[in-house]
Amino acid sequence: MVLLTPELMVAGVILVALVIYTLSAGADFGGGAWTLLASGPRAEDQRQLVDDAIGPIWEANHVWLILVVVLLFVCFPGAFAAVSTALHIPLTVMLIGIVLRGSAFAFLHVYTHAEQAHDPGPRRFSRIFAVASLVTPITLGVTLGALSTGIPVDRATGLVRTDFISEWLAPFPFAAGLFTLCLFAFLAAVYLASEAEDRELSDIFRRRALFSAGALGLTALLALFAARADAPVIHTGLSASGWALPLHLGTGLAAVLAIVLLWQRKLLLARFAAMAQAALIVGGWALAQYPYLVFPDLTITDAAAPPTVLVPVLIALGVGAIVLVPSLAYLYVIFKSRGRPGH
Amino acid sequence: MTDLLAARAQMAMSLAFHIIFAVVGMGMPLLMVLAERRFLRGRDPVDRELARRWARGTAIMFAVGAVSGTVLSFELGLLWPTFMAFAGPIIGMPFSLEGFAFFLEAIFLGIYLYGWERVSARAHWLAGVMVLVSGTLSAAFVLCANAWMNTPQGYTLGPDGALQSVDLFAAMWNPAALPEILHMTLAAYATVGFAVAGIHAFMLLRRPGDRFHRRALGLALAVGGVFAFLQPLSGDLAAKHVAEYQPVKLAAMEGHWDTERCAGLSLGGWPDETSETTPYALEIPCGLSFLAFGDPQAEVKGLKDFPVDERPPVAITHIAFQIMVACGMAMMAVAAIGAYLRLRGRDLAAPWFLRLVVLSAPLGLIAIEAGWTVTEVGRQPWVIQGVMRTAEAVTPMPHLIVPFTTFTLLYVVLGVTVVLLLTRKVFTAPEEP
Repeated sequence: MVLLTPELMVAGVILVALVIYTLSAGADFGGGAWTLLASGPRAEDQRQLVDDAIGPIWEANHVWLILVVVLLFVCFPGAFAAVSTALHIPLTVMLIGIVLRGSAFAFLHVYTHAEQAHDPGPRRFSRIFAVASLVTPITLGVTLGALSTGIPVDRATGLVRTDFISEWLAPFPFAAGLFTLCLFAFLAAVYLASEAEDRELSDIFRRRALFSAGALGLTALLALFAARADAPVIHTGLSASGWALPLHLGTGLAAVLAIVLLWQRKLLLARFAAMAQAALIVGGWALAQYPYLVFPDLTITDAAAPPTVLVPVLIALGVGAIVLVPSLAYLYVIFKSRGRPGH
Repeated sequence: MTDLLAARAQMAMSLAFHIIFAVVGMGMPLLMVLAERRFLRGRDPVDRELARRWARGTAIMFAVGAVSGTVLSFELGLLWPTFMAFAGPIIGMPFSLEGFAFFLEAIFLGIYLYGWERVSARAHWLAGVMVLVSGTLSAAFVLCANAWMNTPQGYTLGPDGALQSVDLFAAMWNPAALPEILHMTLAAYATVGFAVAGIHAFMLLRRPGDRFHRRALGLALAVGGVFAFLQPLSGDLAAKHVAEYQPVKLAAMEGHWDTERCAGLSLGGWPDETSETTPYALEIPCGLSFLAFGDPQAEVKGLKDFPVDERPPVAITHIAFQIMVACGMAMMAVAAIGAYLRLRGRDLAAPWFLRLVVLSAPLGLIAIEAGWTVTEVGRQPWVIQGVMRTAEAVTPMPHLIVPFTTFTLLYVVLGVTVVLLLTRKVFTAPEEP
């Protein structure tokens, strides 16, 4: 039985924030990546659909990442220092992606729809937005993957032993990167299929959702294979431990369900199945990683700040949630409920 | 360029870039909320158009502010891991609360920008108020964290030097917090007021009599002027706190070398660190003693009382301080002229005054950049005053010039793009209906 210590509770909050980030911002990135593949006579409608879907909410969705980073450096400062030292390069690339994606999207919106479709200026922003939406999830996956390949930290001094490259320039982190991209693209396609108001457009994204479900399965196998050599903690966690089987069954069930529901055009239900699948994937990764924050030297307990920090922060999180949850719900009700005016 | 210098340059550049957008994120909601309130009361479509137009500009600025702020939160670790490993937990409360404030700001900005037709007029205006409140709160929390670096307190170390316990609220409400919050909040509102007034004054010079720009100018200048006049009060409070808690920073700000009673206030001058003098300064007798301690006979410590390796770069700190004060004074002067014209019932759109307002548009931004130079350079060589040196905090990562160059290029391109888009697409007047 695991004792519910303050550090575990904070780690739990970080995991929840990561799951929500995946389900919300992840899909925003996936949507951006799909605009790169927007093609055919209805390419402009596809872009417009993505645009309408993420416009009002992407900035709020992005804040979950800030919350993760802040909680990491407040509650697990040694892990934050070690990770940002050893993974300086992929994190920097990810930041450039984040900057370009967000700025290009905002710049695009200065133009009218007609200008967006035809003028060279907005076309360029649209392209930057799409490419950055593709690159950022990969680097995010590389970073998370590298946490499992191992970043050795001297516990006495807190110094990290790194050459700044080998921790992330390896098959497993990149397999994790591709996997992340496929997951985000899959979520986005499912959401877009359920949000599109005409059948033809919805079918385009339904097909893409099915296609990316296949790609997700392939990259999952690739990651598991790469983990055998690069990330034994993940490999054992995902294949040998006691909770692995029920978790895999749950994830697999959600995946199959999502595919079947997509096939049957039960798109709203498919959306919930895909969300459950993604949440189980992130949760499964975290469980495989447990008890390590940064393999092999920093467990959640080792890296935790003193309880005089953790407890007040947990209280602040609780109080903050009281304000945050209704506000976030209000945002989603306004923009994501059916029968929107003006359409 | 050493890696330490590259890291400092990257941090300084990132902060200098982000602060512009952060300030706009604080100040623009105030203007939008005021314009929309006028519309709700008077139903003049010009006011509604004003709120909409300002909102379009804010959308760009807020997005760039959000992503460049994200870069900063990562850079704390990418560049200063040793600092964060130590200080991260202690300044955890303001950063956690800032996370929530930023969340609310992003949520209600989304509603404000995209919700014109989806929520009631009143709910829309309230969303704007939420953006204003949470944007300013978010800045206040970040300022608490910065203040802690200047006046650290609220933690105890164990025998091994590791963090033993933390009093998060004592750390957050450190002595420098209140002066920093007041000074920066007023600065943000004044700066945005002047910058926006300058842009509309420029448009008015090209299209005299345009109602849209006239209305915009009046509102923005009123906001800028009021806060420019309040600013010296918070500046005085900030200076007295620095005098008490960071005497070496005050000495550097003033280019003040010898400890003395009835210390003179140096206006201008160029501090010379080798001869330890500040030549070419105009000196007001006993002025520094009076301003710093409220007593012309008070003793003010000079730089010579501090070891050389604990002094900040004096010339940069002193000159930046002079620039900040000069800009603030100039803004007050312009605001005074504007108030005089108003009281006399004269036209604010007189070409000579419009030109003056255009010229004073960047003053607030210059003052803010200079003011942050004072705060940050004046704290050197410490990252945490008296506790940790900047050189101890830097990452072991080599070749830091590469990310510094990369982010600089990225931000230059972004900055140019923002300016082009704002001038071409946002600030041009709508056709009169």
